[in-house]
Amino acid sequence: MVDITKANEQAVKQMMEARPILTGVAVARDVVPGMRDNLILHAGPPIGWARMSGPMRGAVIGGLIFEGLAKDEKEAVAMVEKGEVDFEPCHHHSSVGPMAGVTTASMMVYVLENETHGNKAYSNLNEGYGKVLRYGAFSKEIIEKLRWMNDVMGTMLADALAKSDGLDIRALLSESLHMGDEGHNRNKAGSILYTAKLAPLIAKVAEDAAAEAEVLQFLGDNALSVLNPVMAACKAMADAAHGVEGSTMVTTMARNGTDFGIRVSGLGEDWFTAPVEQPDGLYFPGYTSEDASGDIGDSTITETTGIGAFAMASAPAIVQFISGTPQDALKASLEMYEITVAEHSHFTIPNLEFRGTPVGIDIRKVVELGVVPRVNTGIAHKEAGVGQVGAGLVRPPIKIFEDAVLAYAKKYKL
Amino acid sequence: MSITKSEIRAGAYYDSVVLMQLQRSLAALDGVEDAGVVMATPANLELLADFELLTQEGKTANPDDLLIVVRAGKAEAAEAALGQVDALLTARRSSISSEFRARSMAGAAKNLPDAEWVLISVPGRYAADVADEALDLDKHVFLYSDNVSVEDEIKLKAKGVEKGRMVMGPDCGTAIINGVGLGFANRVRRGPIGLVGASGTGLQAITSQIHNLGGGVSQAIGTGGRDLKEAVGGQTMLQGLDYLTGDEGTSVIVLVSKPPAAQVSTRLLQAARKTGKPVVVDFIGFAPPAPQIGNLYFAAGMEDAARLAVELAKKAPGSAPEVAKAHDGYLRGLFSGGTLASETLLGLQNFLSPLFSNVAHRDEQKMADPLRSQAHSILDLGEDVFTVGRLHPMMDNDLRIRRMKEEAEDPEVGMILLDVVLGEGAHADPASELAPVMQTLKKARKDLDFVVLVVGTDEDPQDSGAQVEAFEKAGAKVLREVNQVVAYVSAALGSESDAAAHPVKRFVEPLAAINVGVETFYESLKAQGAEAVQVDWRPPAGGNEDLMSILEKMRS
Repeated sequence: MVDITKANEQAVKQMMEARPILTGVAVARDVVPGMRDNLILHAGPPIGWARMSGPMRGAVIGGLIFEGLAKDEKEAVAMVEKGEVDFEPCHHHSSVGPMAGVTTASMMVYVLENETHGNKAYSNLNEGYGKVLRYGAFSKEIIEKLRWMNDVMGTMLADALAKSDGLDIRALLSESLHMGDEGHNRNKAGSILYTAKLAPLIAKVAEDAAAEAEVLQFLGDNALSVLNPVMAACKAMADAAHGVEGSTMVTTMARNGTDFGIRVSGLGEDWFTAPVEQPDGLYFPGYTSEDASGDIGDSTITETTGIGAFAMASAPAIVQFISGTPQDALKASLEMYEITVAEHSHFTIPNLEFRGTPVGIDIRKVVELGVVPRVNTGIAHKEAGVGQVGAGLVRPPIKIFEDAVLAYAKKYKL
Repeated sequence: MSITKSEIRAGAYYDSVVLMQLQRSLAALDGVEDAGVVMATPANLELLADFELLTQEGKTANPDDLLIVVRAGKAEAAEAALGQVDALLTARRSSISSEFRARSMAGAAKNLPDAEWVLISVPGRYAADVADEALDLDKHVFLYSDNVSVEDEIKLKAKGVEKGRMVMGPDCGTAIINGVGLGFANRVRRGPIGLVGASGTGLQAITSQIHNLGGGVSQAIGTGGRDLKEAVGGQTMLQGLDYLTGDEGTSVIVLVSKPPAAQVSTRLLQAARKTGKPVVVDFIGFAPPAPQIGNLYFAAGMEDAARLAVELAKKAPGSAPEVAKAHDGYLRGLFSGGTLASETLLGLQNFLSPLFSNVAHRDEQKMADPLRSQAHSILDLGEDVFTVGRLHPMMDNDLRIRRMKEEAEDPEVGMILLDVVLGEGAHADPASELAPVMQTLKKARKDLDFVVLVVGTDEDPQDSGAQVEAFEKAGAKVLREVNQVVAYVSAALGSESDAAAHPVKRFVEPLAAINVGVETFYESLKAQGAEAVQVDWRPPAGGNEDLMSILEKMRS
């Protein structure tokens, strides 16, 4: 009989010891394993066009237009319906993407290298707020912005990082968690830190002052600039913990707008999925929960690795998203200690006397206590292209954890 | 026709979350159709326009301005809503700073690391698992739940003994630990009387009465109603006795229970004899061999127990040891008088086990062969089997001398007890024959003790005084009453209780506890000023049996 406690200790140790360094920005086709021209990577567990939610479909259409494979929505849909486009989860390609997570072959991606274990992870570049591809928008301006991000910002970042020793994202997170961020819904401090670290690197390589200013302005104004490298860093940490024989620790949580899926360290590549639930949150003017899409995005990789909602106690500024008080934020983190394997050795919470964040979700504890992980999330409009309509809290369906426990019993012959 | 009103606050910055909250509150006001509260960035103005919330005034706002817009059926409603903005912005949620309630005991234990006690009142089906978890966390357990199987009770108590932790219950209704009542308990003053009880209401009645008589309670330890059944063996009461023995705050002990199983009663009373403190015993309906045996006081009911305890507590504590040394050899009682043997047996059966006799009171005491002693034995040598063709042992010492020698050869024998009945018709000088034999046997085996019960008067032909002197000279302990014999022997013999091997860990003050189950117990702890946390307990895996059994196997 496998020693589950030991296996989990091993898995969480690997997760915490992973040290992801942002080493570069490159074209997905050149670096993401298995990337090819007609492949679209998406958030969450595997899904086909037929079951895709509005925002996911919109992002796919935008992705095909961006790639030049289709000139408009009609052509894009036709291509997809003819079966000319392959869909695979980002997670199957060492990648993660917020919301729709759509990543295509020509897109520039962040490259994270886990210095401790050697694995790599990737994420696309963040587009900022408003109408954006990740929420399913694909108008002309959006495609143009993506081109600018690729050709101007991406290239500049690539040059800047190439001449640097890389940025230690784990260290950056440790710091931003002490500045009011929780690393998922709130990345204000982290994005400023990130911009501050990039600025001198960019200044060294930029040839055009106007372009440089534009890029720095874009990075500095966007409170989500650092979200994508953070997610890729979390992915690198999670992958380092995956595949530990006998471990019941969750190494993937992701949503595609239709299904919520998890994977477990000791259960190979199998996904356990169930329909997503509706987030509970606050809405922007004019919107209500009626407008909300199902829960979507790979950004739950943050909670998977012990930040995000798990570090809620660090981010009192956003507690009202969970319609609460700073006291409720403490409770949110305290609750997560109940279902996790360890307290993080690098991420700490000042409000809890610098206790490490709860890290490493144990499917046994989730099922036994009936406490499912908390997830902080943005809320997408259910129709493609409208964008973000709110933010709040969502929980995965308990069924996927129960299914994982049953699968574990089968695999390990309990 | 709806009316849209707006207000601009130049340069006022609020976090977007605050604004969204304000907007929600405004939209919820009477007569208000919709509301928008935003920093007036171009994107936000566009958004407001889409929802018919952009006023002429709003169009003039700068990105650094806070723009508040309300659309209502009537102008008054819109005005009224805008008038409430400041109140809503400054409104603090009533700070329900209710503490975090862990769902798991482990979580609760982390949140209150000082908690040494776990009170459990979950449905019986789950109670054993919860108690087991508490022991794994190295806590004392107060197990209020009933419907726990005897097998589980035995397992839990064995684990408790192993870890030096109490398992009070299952079905334990009351306890008072360090002055804090657990479960159902009365508020009584603290004092030197420690109680262990298998009866919840019995404990409540006696502790209350002690208080009413002016006395006070150090600890009141509940055991659960089944503790004194033979299968459970009085584990918790033995632990409790052991605890109170070592407890400096306790000078008098009270044991209360319905009549225990015979075996269990023997173990308990034997342990009670060794506490070195006065012990008041109230085994309801139990026929005591005497009102007092050594440090044991047998009460006639609960009020009597309380009264005795309070009186004893007033006396100076610290009785001198009743015997020079205690050992764990066997007793062999070689009696010439049948009634003396029978009454001695009646007393000693409360303390010695296993105990055999040819004048047995209980089936299990019957000897297979009176010619061969076994374990502790009380023999009436005046029985026919011994006296065929010879004189009665009151007149002829040969038989007893032979048997004494025989017993002394058994290395497991530690004490030989004889009665010497003086008077008309008896042997003229029993000591002259018996004492030298004792002396010789003692020379060969220094660990062998002799106890002689001398029955007679100073006017008897043998002169009791002279006889006593002769036996004492030979190194024997001489006593004159059966009760004294029972008291002496019970203090000297019998092994230490099991509990002593794993002493119960001291109850740390102040008491802090984790409550799993009935919330009133938690509230009562808080009301008494004790630190406590409530576990928000639910049946594991939502009560799904299949998952529970898998999770059980996955516990490693």
